[in-house]
Amino acid sequence: MTSPVRWTRPQSLRHALQVMAAEPSVVPIAGGTDLMVLLALGDLRAGHLLDLWPLGELRGIDAAPDQTVIGALTTYRELATHPAVVERHPALVQAARLSGAWAIQNRGTLGGNLANASPAADSPPALLAYGARLELVSVRGSRWVDYADFHLGYKRTARAGDELIARIALAQPPGPATHFYRKVGTRKAQAISKVCLAGLAPLSDGRLGDVRLALGAVAPTVVLARQTAAYLNGRRVPEIDRVAARAILEAEIAPIDDLRSSAWYRRRVAGNLFEQFLDAIQHR
Amino acid sequence: MIVLDLTINGRLVRVQVAPLTRLLDFLREHQKLTGTKEGCGEGECGACTVLVDGLPVVSCLVPMGQLDGAAVTTVEGLTAVGDPGLQRLQEALLDAGGTQCGICTPGIVVTAHALLDARSRPTLEEIRDALAGNICRCTGYTAIYEAVRRAAEPVP
Repeated sequence: MTSPVRWTRPQSLRHALQVMAAEPSVVPIAGGTDLMVLLALGDLRAGHLLDLWPLGELRGIDAAPDQTVIGALTTYRELATHPAVVERHPALVQAARLSGAWAIQNRGTLGGNLANASPAADSPPALLAYGARLELVSVRGSRWVDYADFHLGYKRTARAGDELIARIALAQPPGPATHFYRKVGTRKAQAISKVCLAGLAPLSDGRLGDVRLALGAVAPTVVLARQTAAYLNGRRVPEIDRVAARAILEAEIAPIDDLRSSAWYRRRVAGNLFEQFLDAIQHR
Repeated sequence: MIVLDLTINGRLVRVQVAPLTRLLDFLREHQKLTGTKEGCGEGECGACTVLVDGLPVVSCLVPMGQLDGAAVTTVEGLTAVGDPGLQRLQEALLDAGGTQCGICTPGIVVTAHALLDARSRPTLEEIRDALAGNICRCTGYTAIYEAVRRAAEPVP
């Protein structure tokens, strides 16, 4: 059934980081909702697991006036029901509510989702839309990185072998803004995305500015649609040429054919979701 | 192997177990609590749902190594409490035709029980949302939702 494996239950974050530093091949496990699936498929290659679940230092949500700081071990359910997150970051709440179903949301963690680095994960587009920053910690210290720079390629991240994701910080979105999140899967609940899109569109003096638009499952990593955002920035809403904007979006993504969907379908649906984002901006 | 102390259906147990053993296998094979069913084994179907510290989880994705000090409640544990709300839920599932082959039913009972603990009169949308991860291939879902709604009605 299960092969012998070392299992370390650290006493503290400091202890966990010492283990990470001493043994680069150790595999950290948080809620297990990805790693235990690999185990079931016979694909979990780990001789030594480091159990992060007991680390209270990586839990909790701190809602300061200017930013929301989320512990990496925060579960989707905790995220989706936290009053400050609900008020400030509704697109992330929507992503958390659509990540698996209730029983998965009680175990799956935001930090685990980011470390697993699936391009089809649900929360990353919302984090990109909100300009998230990640705190990476190791025995060497702590550093903050822009989440937009975290994913280097398919399943490759900027996290060094001895680092853990500790916290995720989201700036308080500026003034009036449209928050959008939608995912399209085979089934409404409990399905992996064919395409998902998250957007934040602040409006100031009647003009869009600092628009951030991110998509999942249309490239080797979750991606920011920077050219499309650049087209929208500075425009008044009635000035948006939908056909032109959609063409920019469809040109800047790189979906593939795989078992879940086809490139053609994904590009088309990404365009449709983008138009729904524009609808939400118009009807705000 | 690691040694753990945990509570299973209100009973404190000390066990020696391989840390990556699935909670599902521990319950069924070690504890002989076969009310919890295995459907997909990948966290997709909800048949193996149990409560850990009061929250629904899929026991196929929980390694035993993470359960030191935890309280696990299975469908058998709900019954042992003699909870009248559970009786109503079970009767409502029978009356509404919300069960056929029965593989998904324990997971649905556990999830619905947790929902009714949290929300005494859930809306249809809340019922659908709570049960979205419990897949039934026999009855469809209408009868199951109806059973949960009936179980939540005030006692006449």
